[in-house]
Order: sequence, then structure tokens, then C-alpha cells
Amino acid sequence: MQAYLDNSATTRCCERAKERMVSLLTEDYGNPSSLHGMGKTAEDYIREAGRKIAKTLKAEEKEIVFTSGGTESNNMALFGSLAANPRFGKHIVTTSIEHASVYAPICCLKEQGYEITYLDVDREGKISLSQLKDVIRADTALVSIMMVNNEIGTVEPISEAAQVIKQINPRTLFHVDAIQAYGKYRIYPKKTGIDMLSVSGHKIHAPKGVGFLYIKDKVKVKPLVYGGGQQNGMRSGTENVSGIAALGEAAEEAYENFEQKTEHMARLRKRFLHGMAEIPSVLVNGGMGADAAPHIVSVSIEGVRSEVMLHALEEKKIYVSAGSACSSNKPAVSRTLAGIGLARKYLDTTIRFSFCANTTEEEIDYAVAAMKELVPNLQKYTHH
Amino acid sequence: MYYRSFLIKYAEIAIKGKNRYLFEDALIKQIRGALTDVEGDFSVRKEQGRIYVDAQGAYDFDDTVDALRHVFGIAGICPLVQFTDNGFMELKKDVCAYIDSVYPDRHFTFKVNARRARKDYPMESMEINAALGEALLEAFPGLRVDVHHPDVMLCVEIREQINVYSEVIKGPGGMPVGTNGKAMLLLSGGIDSPVAGYMIAKRGVSIDAVYFHAPPYTSERAKQKVTDLAKIISAYTGPICLHIVNFTEIQLAIYDRCPHAQLTIIMRRYMMKIAEHFAKETGCLGLITGESIGQVASQTMQSLAATNEVCTIPVYRPLIGFDKQEIVEISEKIGAYETSILPYEDCCTIFVAKHPVTKPSLHVIHNDEKKLSDQIDRMVAEAIETAEKVYVKYC
Repeated sequence: MQAYLDNSATTRCCERAKERMVSLLTEDYGNPSSLHGMGKTAEDYIREAGRKIAKTLKAEEKEIVFTSGGTESNNMALFGSLAANPRFGKHIVTTSIEHASVYAPICCLKEQGYEITYLDVDREGKISLSQLKDVIRADTALVSIMMVNNEIGTVEPISEAAQVIKQINPRTLFHVDAIQAYGKYRIYPKKTGIDMLSVSGHKIHAPKGVGFLYIKDKVKVKPLVYGGGQQNGMRSGTENVSGIAALGEAAEEAYENFEQKTEHMARLRKRFLHGMAEIPSVLVNGGMGADAAPHIVSVSIEGVRSEVMLHALEEKKIYVSAGSACSSNKPAVSRTLAGIGLARKYLDTTIRFSFCANTTEEEIDYAVAAMKELVPNLQKYTHH
Repeated sequence: MYYRSFLIKYAEIAIKGKNRYLFEDALIKQIRGALTDVEGDFSVRKEQGRIYVDAQGAYDFDDTVDALRHVFGIAGICPLVQFTDNGFMELKKDVCAYIDSVYPDRHFTFKVNARRARKDYPMESMEINAALGEALLEAFPGLRVDVHHPDVMLCVEIREQINVYSEVIKGPGGMPVGTNGKAMLLLSGGIDSPVAGYMIAKRGVSIDAVYFHAPPYTSERAKQKVTDLAKIISAYTGPICLHIVNFTEIQLAIYDRCPHAQLTIIMRRYMMKIAEHFAKETGCLGLITGESIGQVASQTMQSLAATNEVCTIPVYRPLIGFDKQEIVEISEKIGAYETSILPYEDCCTIFVAKHPVTKPSLHVIHNDEKKLSDQIDRMVAEAIETAEKVYVKYC
């Protein structure tokens, strides 16, 4: 028995995406910028992918810019939108639990002179709309909030936040990191009031190395990469045609039988949480309720370092992530776990289980059984 | 001018007596081994008590020098130009051409150091020095002679061919690996043990290694790190057979049954025993550890005596009198430091007692070890049986 429960790290490429990718690598391998027929065919595939993705967002094809993945999408949204709108102000609002691909660019922007306000989160990882209301100013150029937290699965109140922001300052741009949310939630950025939305391909069963940034029509964003002017000049460089086309397939598939799949994941999560509740001294981080993401469960196990737990599970072919990198040489405390006020003793004992639509009940039961067996054993060897 | 050859100067081999050829042959073998992965074809030859490396056709100069700098036994590497003897007038021209191409900046002090190995050459060494010096001063007005502290020492050796060289790149010294038997290195993921292996290999000893891991308490990446460290030192020591021993069961048994203050000492005693088993099995004449007196609790004189007690073959501890900083410096020099400080290995810190004993008594330890007696032989045998052997080679 094997259980890959690390789907928030990456997912298995789906068959449709894989087949499309292979055929574009070996058969229709033209360069979309070429004037001949093979170039046109390649271009058609990109446009098809753009249309398919736009459809899932109720957006337009021209609002999709393909990137190398989530990190680039986030960088493009943050740096590109501020560079294109220098008069909007020098104030940025974000949360204290963003992914590094938002946090690090914002640190860089801080060095460039931007003032940053970090929103606090409660014990479940949720921001407070009233705090958001208090911090938006006339010179707030950008707000960046993740939709689903990658470590603990908290779902932020994105549409309410959009309303708050736009009410106070209609000019403030709103960026949403939806890397863990796309494919798990129906997201309609235009209706919601989202200006930019980042998505990564390999989290939704597309290959690694491709993603996209939704940029609302009329929102100005400066490119990060210059050159031959591909994608309307928004991102130069020959398009990753096979990756893009595969992403189109995966995105379309993600929203087929959507309710069935998300309900399945939510059931799995409930089943898993039920199992965890039976193990003493296992603490579940983030929300326990139905409003949390259906595919992420973060648990802390008193006295068992996450790396040890991870490798012990690995011996049983159960693959998970450590909540926070642990090492005495480089203490890297997770901002998310610190942000929700997790007690010190739990910080390096946190692991994350993450599911996908293909995860089975058997895998969940197997993981729960393994935890039941391993936790008491490993706790015996606590560092005294 | 393009160097085609290297003159290899060796250190201690030169003072060997009738065994000298053994050392030279071993050095040639090591040089050939080190050059196999360098771009270009090389011939390595011994001639009149010297070793030459000749490049055949195109080769990569920097990579060649770098490879040679990893060969123990080499004291100096001299990029060399060889001329055929066409009379002294030609030699003057050749030497001027050499200076012209090797030193584009012609403002320095120099000294000519001629040696006449071929005694039928018509001029004596002193005459050659003077005449070549004069020719160079004439050809390059910016040059000056300084016989005490020259910037450039131009060596001219009159042999069958005439060797001209002026640069000596420092080699690692020591003796060629393979001239002094083999030893088993206890390799952890830390800073010390790779340095210890390097130091012993420097004295001509071949190295095999043993690493103890404790999955799931130590990770696959920690194992990879140790393999990487073995690879780094194998650039000096030649290929290493790394024995990877699963130590989890023994470690847990010690943890369960023995007082925690003695954990590390008892653990190390079993590590030594297992290492000695592999040492004997593979014909090693000793064990090598990175211990240094007083560095940690398990390295006090008393602790060292306690771990040493289980060994029947010599245990070499080349770092015994070194301070940490001195060890770090060597680690950096041999390129192991960056890898050594990667953070993976510390999951096994859960097996470290808060207050480990620093002056263990053998009597107490023997008593504590009795608590393991019903199981330990089987566990040790199993650890030996299931050890994984990885052949590590620098490339």
C-alpha cells in the first residue's frame, strides 16, 4: 500500500494533460511565432488553452498570461502592477501568512521604499475584515491576500475583502494568490472584484513549469521579462506550448464533475480528521469545520519532530510534507504557524497531509492507521 | 607559448631508499587515475628520477592542474616547456620567447637557475646563468636581476631535452595513496571526519568508510550528504567503498534499556565494533575517527578510552590535538565544509542525553551493556548483514 498525501506540494499529471503534452513535443512542435502552418497550429493550441482556462474563471482569453508557474505569477502581479501604476501610492497590504513567493517579493518592495502592512490572522489563520478596513488608505496601491493557505488550508474571505478594499479605495489593486484554491473552488475574479489571480499548473494535475496570471482587462501590469514580445508583450520568450496546452486540459478537467470531486475531498478530510481525533496529543491546526479547504490537513504531534514523523511515514510509503523546515543550524520557523500563534513546542512538530480528487478512502485509512501506530512509538523517543 | 608538459616535484619520496621506485610507481598510478576524467590525453612517464606529465593534443590546462593538486605525494606542479638542444644560440632565443609569452608584463625581477644534468654540455651552470641573464636583460629592458628574492625564478635544466619552467604550483604534499595500506574511516555528516580521512590518506593510506544511519530519525538526504562528502574526499583518496549501516534498532535498544547519560558512549562502542568488523573484512589495518580531545562529552580522555576499549586494531585520530577552527580551515581547503554544514543530520539529536557523562567508568558501562546482552549480538549481526555498500568515486 502506498499513499501519496502531498498533493499541495505537487500532483500527478493527469492523462489528458500528459497526452496533449507528448503530442505537442513530438508532433505539433512548431513555434507559435513561426509564420507557417506549424506555427499557426502551435498558436491555436495556446489560444485553446487560454479559452478553456478563461471559461473556468468566467473571464476572457486575453486576460490570461501564461507564466512558468505560481512563483512567477505572484512576482509578476506584485512587481508588474506596482511598476505600471507608480501613482497609486507606496503602501501595500498583505497577510502575515503568505507563501514565500508573495512574502519575498514584498520584502524586496519594502527595500524599494514601499510601506507594508501585514494583516494579523486568528488561531484558524483567518484575517479580520475590520482590520483590513482600518488599514486601507488613499495611498494603498495593492492588497495581496492568498485564497487558501498552503500550510493549514485556511480559506480567506476573498470576496468580502474585495468589497472592503474597493469600497474604501476603488483604485487599490487586489491580487489573490489562488495557487492552492484554483480547481478546489469556483473563482470568478471579475464578479468578485479581483484584479489579479495567480495559478500554478502542477497543483492541478498539469506538468511543472507552467502556470498563469489572470489580469483583469484594463488593469495595467508591466512585464518582468522582455524580448520578442510574445503574449502581447506581457511575457517574452517562446511559449511553453506543450505545458500551456496541458495546463488548459488540466484546468478544464479540474472543473468537470466539480461538486462530486470537492465533496469527495471534503469527505476524505472529515474521515481523516475523525481518525486524528482518536490519537491523543495530535493537534489539528487551522479550522476543523467545513469552511476550511477540503484538501489540506495540518497536524502537530507533541514531542515528535516533523522530519522524524515524515520519514517514519515514508517508510510505510506515505508521503507528506513537514510543516516547517526544522534544523538546529537554520531555524526556519513557519510564518503561518507562528502567525496562528501555535505554541513553540509545536512549531517543529507539524506535518501536512494534502489530498486530491484521486485520493481514496483506503489511502486515508491506511494513513490514519499508520499514525495511530507510529505516534505513540515515536513519542517514546522524545528529546528530554 | 603553450605548456605541453608538467614536471611533478615530489616531497618525501625523494628521501626514500631502495623502496623509492615503489613510491614513484604508486604516484604515477595515482596521477593517471586523477587525470582519467580530465579533458585530453596524457602520458605520465618517469625519467631520471623525475615524473613528467605530457599532454597529447588539446587539453584543459586548469582542470589538469586542479586534478594534480589532489594527488598526494606531489609537492609541486611545474608547467613546463621542453626544447630540443640546437646549441646555445637557439636556447637563448627559446628562453626569450618563453618569457615573452608567459609574462606579458615585462617589469619584474628574475634569476636564472640552470642545472646541467648532462655533463657533456659545453657550458657550466654558472656560465649558462650569466649568459641567459644577459640575453634576457638585452631583450627586455624592463627586467632586473635579483638573485635573492626574484619575482620569477627561471629554471633551465639541461637534460636530453632542455626543460624550461618558472612557476611552481603547490601540490598537496604527503605520500601517494596506496603506499601505506588501507584504513576504515568512521564518516559522519559533520566537519571533522572528512578532514580526518583526508589527513590519513595524505600519508599514503587508502580509505574505505562506514556511515551509520538511523531511519526514520535520519533522512535520505543525510545519507546523500555523507555520500557526497565521501565523493569530495575521494578526489584525494581515490575510490572509497562506503558501508552504510542501519543503526536504528541498536540505537533504540540502547535508548530503551541503558541510562541516558551513557547513551553516546555505548552507541559509539557499538559503532566502533561494527566498523572494526568491516575493517577486518576488507583488509584495513586501522580505524580512523575525527575525534579531538575534549571537543564534546564523548571525546574526553575518559570517553575516548571507553570507546577505544572495544577495538582490537589501532584507531587513528589525526585531529586529536586540533582546535575546531583549525579543523574548519582544512575542511574549507579541501572543499568539504559547505557540504558538512548542510543541516540534514541533526534529527538524531533526539538520541543525545541532556547531561551526558563526561568521565565514564568502564565498570559502569560494562554493567549497562549487560542489559542489552540478550539481543545485542543478533542486532549487531543484522546491522552488518544488511549494510549497504556504495562505491564512491570522484568525477
